[in-house]
Parts: sequence; structure tokens; C-alpha cells
Amino acid sequence: MSIETEAGNDVNGVDAKPLDADIVCVGFGPASAGFLTTLTKLLQAPSTDQPVESRAVPGMPPQILCYERADDIAFGVSGVVTRARAIKSTFPYLNTAEIPLSARVGSERLLYLLDPHGASRRPLWMRLADKVIKGLAREDYSYEAPYIPPFLHKQDGFIFSLGQFMQWSGQQVMFSGTAQVWPGTPVSDPLFENGKVAGVVLAADGTEIRAELTVVGDGPVGPVGRRLDEVYGMPLGHKRDEWAVGMKMVVDLPASCTLEEGTVFHTIGYPEPEIFGFFYVHPDRVASVGIFVPSWLDSPVRTGYRYLQHFITHPAIWRHLKGGRMRSWGAKSLLESGRRGEPRLCGDGYARIGEGSGSTNVLTGSGVDEAWLTGRLLAEGVHELWREGLPFTKANLEARYVRRRRTSWLEKESIIAERARNGFQRGILRGFLGMALAGFTSGALGYNRRRDKPARPLEEFYRGRLSAEQVRDIRAACEKDAQPLHDALMEAAGWPAIEFDGQLLVSHQDALLMGGKVQAAPDLPDHVVFRDPDLCAACTNRLCIEICSGEAIHAGENGAPVFDRDKCVHCGACIWNCTQEVAPGVSNVAFCAAPGGLHSAEN
Amino acid sequence: MPYQIIVCGGIAPDPLQTLEPAMGPAGPALKNEMMLPAVFDPWAAHALYEAAHLARQFPGSSIRVVTLAPKAKLQQVMMTVAQKLPFELIPIDGPGGGFTDAVEVSKVLAQAISAIPGIDMSQFLLFGGWESATRGSGCVIPMVAARLGIEDCFLAVDELKIEDGALVIKERVEGGLLQVSRCSAPPAALAWATGSLPEPPNHPQTGMANMRAMMPALQRAKPAGLTGEGFSVPQATLPAQQRQTQVVKDKPAAEISRELLEWIKG
Repeated sequence: MSIETEAGNDVNGVDAKPLDADIVCVGFGPASAGFLTTLTKLLQAPSTDQPVESRAVPGMPPQILCYERADDIAFGVSGVVTRARAIKSTFPYLNTAEIPLSARVGSERLLYLLDPHGASRRPLWMRLADKVIKGLAREDYSYEAPYIPPFLHKQDGFIFSLGQFMQWSGQQVMFSGTAQVWPGTPVSDPLFENGKVAGVVLAADGTEIRAELTVVGDGPVGPVGRRLDEVYGMPLGHKRDEWAVGMKMVVDLPASCTLEEGTVFHTIGYPEPEIFGFFYVHPDRVASVGIFVPSWLDSPVRTGYRYLQHFITHPAIWRHLKGGRMRSWGAKSLLESGRRGEPRLCGDGYARIGEGSGSTNVLTGSGVDEAWLTGRLLAEGVHELWREGLPFTKANLEARYVRRRRTSWLEKESIIAERARNGFQRGILRGFLGMALAGFTSGALGYNRRRDKPARPLEEFYRGRLSAEQVRDIRAACEKDAQPLHDALMEAAGWPAIEFDGQLLVSHQDALLMGGKVQAAPDLPDHVVFRDPDLCAACTNRLCIEICSGEAIHAGENGAPVFDRDKCVHCGACIWNCTQEVAPGVSNVAFCAAPGGLHSAEN
Repeated sequence: MPYQIIVCGGIAPDPLQTLEPAMGPAGPALKNEMMLPAVFDPWAAHALYEAAHLARQFPGSSIRVVTLAPKAKLQQVMMTVAQKLPFELIPIDGPGGGFTDAVEVSKVLAQAISAIPGIDMSQFLLFGGWESATRGSGCVIPMVAARLGIEDCFLAVDELKIEDGALVIKERVEGGLLQVSRCSAPPAALAWATGSLPEPPNHPQTGMANMRAMMPALQRAKPAGLTGEGFSVPQATLPAQQRQTQVVKDKPAAEISRELLEWIKG
């Protein structure tokens, strides 16, 4: 029975008929924001032509929908310091005062952090170099590089909170009245029809959103992008095999901190040589501080949170943070394969934008602005096609979107960065050399990529610091007590225990609650599923447990992983850290679309 | 008989956030209030779900939500609430925090309701939260009711049943008791406690249909024009918090509760 309200609404609600739209976007990140902002501006610009009309609902304005998985459009994670070239071209008169936590980049420093504990895994050459640097370093175990390579600097750019920037840009899009952005609405799958993408399927009730163009901006671990890769395959020679977990805190700085708004530190060298760190000072005595734990840190117990705690307690960082308070905390996966991770950018009925389209520049360490640009370029192409009455076919999207992308600064810089990280496969020294070669020769020189190395067994990784017996005993004790293995191993290997202060140094679980405010919607099935439990039982690595940013995966019976969705921050690190495959290229971890996760708008 | 249900409800910071009162030029406010994610006030949300439940039972019923909130934040919140059930939004642009005068707020809400054309008092039910997440004054709905001339006002309502056209209302009273009243007919004002209905799941079609009317309404929303005259908040503090976390495995519930009790006792 259908009940009509006076306002013409059906108060019976449920009606799972397909919805027709012109464009449906999956995910509201910087790329989709760039797309929607540009497209709505173009559609509203004064023109002598006929206004663009919906093709799905003739007589109506264009029907443009965007579905975001997270419970609010402001619940993204990124510590953003960006040159903001694309963002500034969209908003030439951007006033940072309109966007909370935004500031112009002021001073910028590159710090090399020495290891005050002697616990990090430094190669011999680095330990020797440290002895020399120690003579030049400050008392706080840091050495400020006299020079920042031009490809790394962010001068004339902005510091943002991604959450606040997304909230601001989302409000602009919504108040244009031209597009709708729906949070808390995960998309489970693309809708395939007659060999093309015909829209998407919503996870909640299976509603089909039928659209002539599906814009896929659901990030590097989004289910729609991953499904497209499965169906259409990656271009020849392309692979997504370099990743990082980015983990950060937003901190109320103590009164003693004298750093000025706009200050930026980039750090290298600690807590492990492979881990890069950052420290940005926002207005009102707030800072973002965090690290990137890369997939080429070949520790079989790599962890984000423990390393983040060691990073912030490094004397060079701690001197600014001691007495501060955690406001927010979060983590995400970053696709660091760069151009090599670029999927098929378009096909009949769909286009890929943003980080999931391989736009992140691994040499400059920049992704948000690049993602924004991909969205902007697609919007310009789509607008042209619309005005000319042309369909969103692969050929048309190639001509109007991909061609734009190929002639943009994004492509040029992406080619320079293509081989920048390959040296890290051969060690730290050649990793940094490779970056320098790529950066200073505009990509002319660089290391070629080697075949991927499998994760090393624990015993081998800790050789020289812990005996195989010690490792075995620690593993058994942790399995028995359901405690994280990385904590016990790191402490046995010389890392000091973290002394909690209840404000900034808190347990991982408290960081979830106090900083991330993590939530899971009730009555939904688990969104992380271990496809073949026997593979998990036989797995000796169990990296998924150690890397899990929310401690949402823990060791169950026989040590095999068990998922607790109430703690999941949806970073997706379990997907790319799983060492087991159910089919070539298909991880044993199935990560499905679901709402919930972080509830902090400051990350 | 169909009902014309009007739900008064504002927005509140997401309950998971850490709030911090701060003294601004216009008096107390929440630090970084515009940065905080917001939700539809949980008390008013219960009232809204009860309104939907009632409207489903009585064909032809209508639901309108009258809201005083900053419209940019309200729009963001509506992208979630609008997916839950169909309703018409009547937004008033103004402060959303708890540092406003309940008398002034009730006046603004009553004026907005009075301006709605076609209100039939014989079908009219005024719903709202008994309290709110931003402030527990518990007096806005009774004052709105008084301004609209509604004499039957029920506070801390947990249940509403319709029996032979009469409203049978269960409300919380002092001493942990429940009181059941029978009100022969509308108009009536019900300030809801928690009710008993779960949050409806999101429904994209409902959201899209709602938004077609909501966006223009939000764009047209008029400022509330609250003056705050004669009203002041001399001090605002949060309850003291203490946090202590243990990670334990296989500890019996009885043991956990005993430890909790000892911890609370100090």
C-alpha cells in the first residue's frame, strides 16, 4: 500500500526500483570533488547555447549523483600539504579563511632523523653515515638539510585538513543545486550491461542507479574500481604493487610550542629508514603529524600505529608536541605505484579518476591536487560531450578526457616519477639515489623495476637481533594472549616501550575512540571476509593482523585472523598486505562496500 | 484519520566528537563548532521516526520538519536524514548550538509553523525531542505548544497508540514511573524521550525525492534573527571525564562489572 503525504511523498518508503541519472559518481574524494565542482560551474556558466538537458530524464536539468561510503563527506583522511595548482585554477581567489584548518605554506624544512634508541634497522653504510651526521646534528637528534630538492617543495601551496576541505567543497557543490552528494551510501558493484558499464549497484538494498556515465573515484581500495580491474584487466605492464599506509594524528599543540602557522617538516630516517614522516602546522595551534609505512618496508610485522608513536616521540618532533593533546587520528592506504598503477582510464560508460586512477605522484609526494586535476579534466571533457550531444563511449571519453590528461602537467610529472621509487627494491641508499636521479634528470635516469620480492619470514627479518627461538617463543606467547606480535618483537629488538600520557600517547584502541571515533553500522554483515579460511590457517605471515590500522583484525583460534568490524577504519591495508591468493592477483581478503569507519572531520 | 505531524528538531554535533566550550565575542560557544560533523538531534530523531511510524498507519498523513540550524550544516545533515523517510523540510537559518534562549527559539519555531498554509488543528500533532543533545532545557516544545494554543502537552513520551481516534500516550514521570494518558483528539504536543523504534535504513529513492524540494527550501531559508536580548550564559563546562583502558581476554562479565564498580567508586 502506498501512502501519499500532502507534500506528495510516499511515507511507505521502500521502493527498490532502479533510479535513472545521467552521471553517477562513486566516492566523494578530491577527484570527485574536482569533477563535480568543475562540472557544476560549467553547467551554470552563462552561455548563449541552449542549457544542457538531462538525457535520462528529458526536460529536466542534468541528473548528477554522487555516492560516498563514509558516514559524512568530511570523514576522509590525508595530511595535505599541496602546491594546489589544480585547486587554485578551479578557485583562483581561494580564501583559506573560509576553510577551517587551512593555511598557506610558510617555512618548509627537510629533517633527517637519527635513531636515538639504536633500534631501527639501519644498514651498515647508514650507521656509519649517522656517526658523521651526529657531529653536525642538533641535540634533538635531527639534521636539517640545507636544501630541499625543488621536486619536493610545496612553497606557495596550502596546508589543508582533507576532511574540512572536502566538507567545504561538498557544500559548494550541493548549494549549486546541480548535483547531489549522498554520504553513508556505499556502492557495491558496477552494473554491467551489454559489455559496458551502465551504472552502479548500491550496497544497502541493491538499488540500481542507471546512468550513461559512471565516474569511478572510490580510491585505491574501492570495490568498484577493483571490480573494473578484474573484469577489464590492467593495461599491459601495469600493476598495483606499491602501497603505503598513511597514518596521522591531528594535535592541539602545547602552549610551549613556538612553531608558526604554515610550518612544514618533511622527515626521513626514522623510525625506520624506509618510513617518511610529516608535520604541518595549521592555524589556531593545531598540527597534523604522521608517517607513511610503505609496502617495501619488508618487515613481516609492519605496523603503522607503533611506528607513529615512535615518530612523534622522536626528540626533534616531541619537543614541539610534548604536552599536546590528540584531537583526531586516522589512517588510509595509498597507492604508490604511480603511473604503473594506472588502470584503463575509461571504457564505454565509465571513466576512472583520482588516486585509484594512478594519479598520485610518488616523487613529489603529492596526490590530492593531482586527483583534483583528474576530476577537473574529466568534467571539461564530459561537458563538451554533453553540449555536442555525443554519447559517453570509450572513444569519446578517450578523445575528450584521456587526451586532456595526456597533455597535462599531471602526465608530464607522472612520467618523471615513473622510476623514482624503483631503487628502494634494492635498498635504502639506492632508493634515495633513484629518487634524486629521477628528480634531477626529469626522469631521464632511474632504476628499472625488479621482480617483486615475497615477504621475508620473521626469523630472517630479525636475524642478528633476535634468534629464531626467541621469535618462535614470542609468536607463541602473543598467539596465546591475543596480543599484537609487532609490539612484542619490537620491544625485544630494542624499541622502548611507549609510556602513555593519556592525551597524546594513548593505546591503539584509545586512538580509535578518542581520535578516530570509529563506528560501524549495526545489523550489517562483516565487510572484510577471509575467502578461504584454510589459506589463513596455513599462512605464517599474517601481515593482515599486524598492519591493520584499527586492530580490527586479530588472531583467533590457531592464530588465524578474525575480523571485528566495529574497529575497522576502512583503510584497506588488509587487501594489499595479504600474502595469500585465491586466484592469480586475487587476495584472500575480500573487502566489501560498507558504511561506517572514521567519524572525525579533521583528518 | 490522517494526521498533520510537525516535528521540531535541530542539529547537534556528532555525539562521538570531543566538545569544548569556548567564550566567543557573542558569549559561550563550542570551539570549532562549524568544523564538527553534525547529526540530526538524537532526541528529535526519535520523534521523527515515531512520526513516520504513525503516518504509515494513517494514509494521507503528512510530516514536516521545522528546523532552526545553520543552513550549510543542515544541508549536509539532511543528505543522511532525507534518505530515511519522506518529509517536507522547513528550514530556518540560525545558530545550532545550545547557547540560545529557549524562549526566542520557541517563538521562531511557532512563527514558522503558524506560517504553514492549510494546518488543520483537528489533525495537528506537534512532535519534538523532550530534550536535545545540545541542551537539556526540556522546555522548547511546551513553549511552542503554548504559543500555538495547544493545551495538551506530554513530556518524555515513550509510546503513542491510536485507539478509536484517541491518543493513548505513555510518558515518563518522576520516580521512574510511567504514566498512560488518553487524549481524545488532536491537537496535542508530544515531546519524545527515546521511543522504541530503530533508525530506519537509508533509502536512496526517498532521499532523492525529498531533496528535490529540500534544496530550494534550504536556499530560500530565512535568517532566524535571534537577538539574545536579556539572555546570558555566564559559564559553560563539560562534565569531568576520566578514561582508563584495559585490553583483556576471556574475562568473565561478573569480574568486569565488579572492577567497573570499584573504578567508579574510586
